[in-house]
Amino acid sequence: MTIIVYLIPVALGLGLLGLIAFLWSVNSGQYEDLDGAAHRILIDDDNPL
Amino acid sequence: MTDTAFTVGTGCPSGLEPPAASAAGDLSAFVRTKGGVSSLNLSVRGAKCGGCLSKIEAALQALPGVEQVRMNLSNGKLRVAWRGPDLANSVAECLTQLGYGVAAFSEDDTAKARKSEERQLLVAMGVAAFALANIMLLSVSVWGGHGEMGLQTRKALHAISGLIAFPVLIFSGRHFFQSAWAALKHGHANMDVPISLALILAFGVSVWETASGGEHAYFDASVMLLFFLLIGRFLDARLRRQAHAAAHDLAALQNRSVTRRSVTGTLETVRAEDVHRGDTIILAAGERAVIDMKISTGISSVDESLVTGESLPRTVQRGETIYAGTINLDQPMTGEALGEATDSLLSEIAGMLEAGEQNRARYRKIADRAVSLYVPFVHTTAALTLVAWLMLGASPREAILVAVATLIITCPCALALAAPVAQVVASGNLFKRGIFLRSGDALERLAEVDHIVFDKTGTLTLGTPRLVSHHGEELARAACLARASRHPLSRAIVEAAGPGELADQIEETPGLGVEGWIDEQRYRLGSAEWVGAERAREADGPTLWFASDQGDPIQFDFEDQLQADAAAALEGFEHTNVPVEILSGDTERAVSRVADQLSITTWRAKVSPQGKVDRLTTLRNQGKKVLMVGDGLNDAGALALAHASLAPGGAMDVSQSASDAVYSGGLSAISSVLAVAKRTRGVMLQNFGLAAAYNLIAVPIAVTGHVTPLIAAIAMSASSLIVTLNALRINQGGTQ
Repeated sequence: MTIIVYLIPVALGLGLLGLIAFLWSVNSGQYEDLDGAAHRILIDDDNPL
Repeated sequence: MTDTAFTVGTGCPSGLEPPAASAAGDLSAFVRTKGGVSSLNLSVRGAKCGGCLSKIEAALQALPGVEQVRMNLSNGKLRVAWRGPDLANSVAECLTQLGYGVAAFSEDDTAKARKSEERQLLVAMGVAAFALANIMLLSVSVWGGHGEMGLQTRKALHAISGLIAFPVLIFSGRHFFQSAWAALKHGHANMDVPISLALILAFGVSVWETASGGEHAYFDASVMLLFFLLIGRFLDARLRRQAHAAAHDLAALQNRSVTRRSVTGTLETVRAEDVHRGDTIILAAGERAVIDMKISTGISSVDESLVTGESLPRTVQRGETIYAGTINLDQPMTGEALGEATDSLLSEIAGMLEAGEQNRARYRKIADRAVSLYVPFVHTTAALTLVAWLMLGASPREAILVAVATLIITCPCALALAAPVAQVVASGNLFKRGIFLRSGDALERLAEVDHIVFDKTGTLTLGTPRLVSHHGEELARAACLARASRHPLSRAIVEAAGPGELADQIEETPGLGVEGWIDEQRYRLGSAEWVGAERAREADGPTLWFASDQGDPIQFDFEDQLQADAAAALEGFEHTNVPVEILSGDTERAVSRVADQLSITTWRAKVSPQGKVDRLTTLRNQGKKVLMVGDGLNDAGALALAHASLAPGGAMDVSQSASDAVYSGGLSAISSVLAVAKRTRGVMLQNFGLAAAYNLIAVPIAVTGHVTPLIAAIAMSASSLIVTLNALRINQGGTQ
């Protein structure tokens, strides 16, 4: 059972990673225009990479 | 514009929205420059799809010097940044050519505060979700290992859960603690008091249990509670922000820039907020006054239909006062800006608004009523449980544990979600139909309406006259004169005649008419006396006379046309047995004609703003729940006083802010608002019913001491889910 000594911190770390990603997405304004993002994907790119 | 691909059609290419007319004035006053880069925030009307997005962004990107264009489709905001010379008006022109309405937009302080509140709640929710997921992970192993797990392992898992829960409760729970503390300090109790109590007690008991090696710790329950409550709180904040932003946008669509003569004599364009009392203002022909002014030079006719409800223009001159909302029709005028509420009319209306708002604040929301029943019930139950267990000989530790479990399981997750979820779904539904709610509880009041009062000009009618008599050739000639004038009657003639030529040597005399030369002959178009007509034919609406030097004068008749769907909309109300009446500031003849056309039997004409308020007070005293629909400054007092109120999109900003919702696109919107409001109210009541039913089941289980953390977790999430799914039903049925 000593394995949980490692597994619990790993689980917490992964969760924390998700939380950081969420905070980043909030602060970079990704929830500001939910409708626009859905439509932007459909716009043809005239200058493809 | 250079790109021909964008000139194919105007407005939204998907056809979701017709091309919108632009109401923008000079936008250069709204440009902000920082480090050589100028930026402008605009509110764009009519953009609904991805096609609009690319059309707008590509067209603006093509303007010289533009560095960044970003269109937000969700709220219709557009941000343009450029280097070099001022592009503000070319940006506006470009958008207008594309077929979109445009107005300057500046975020006010309330909007900023709301936005940061919403973001804080979102972050708090994210943190609670993180904690919930991790604690649940540990709790599941405790529940799964029931009976087999060793004491030390269980203790360790509980301790880790507690370590995660503690900072999260402080961080995410502060919204509830602060609000509860503020309420307690003033000697009140709000919904946040039992919430805070449950959170703190659940945490405290769990710490105690963990330390003493007990079997049940409620860390998961307390964080879950927090998470669900934050969802409700977040939705509520989002709804309030959207409602505020919608109202703010509608106000922004009205021209807010003013031409001012500076001390040095040069003309400058400034924002209406920047004008001080005593400034000299120039009001061009065709412009709408945005501040009150006393005319110092010039004589002109003005359209005051938004101020008084009178559909016919009035001639004003030096010394007279015109109010915000007045449209100058023929000649430019200079005036002196008046301070706020200096005049009897405005201060009178401000007084009425205040009285109306006080009245409305007295309305008790369904949610508040539910809470006032709920809070004593829960606390009494928990206290009685404690006492009963002690009396039955349980140990204090056991009794406290059962009482706290009762408090946790009855905590109002479903109750906190019941109203906001329904309101969010309903307001989204209405938003898609072009109706902007200004507050969530407006829906509750709208659902109770049993009497409707309409203003006439601009609400039941279009507010612009239309030619009804036809004269063929004479009409074409009259139009040659009319094209030079901005008078609404001239406009109506031009509209009937279509495009054509302009007469020579045109001269317009304010309040009288237009004079000009066609084919070596002098013609006059204007009032009967001025044209030289003696036999005025009886007419229902405004008239205009047209004559050459020799010929007989001809009379043109006009009428204020009904909204296209007025008859159908009112018939709908008749079916639902809701009485309808008209209160108008216009003349008796004009009102009676409209009332006849719509077969409305109750109407009043020449009603002053105070008269409207008095009538509404009378109806209120009769116990009627009145819906007031109006657009003018003269309706503002009545709008604020009514049980619920609606204003059309073209209304004065004062009237819009006094009403519960603003609709665009015809009177049929009113019946959809009422239908959605009724459905929402129904769903909210069901939700509270479900929350109560949940408690009926949960309380006996809790009181008898059978609640384990596992049962609490299942019960709380199930009840929240049911309430949310039920709210989604608002979107079903009645959608077009």
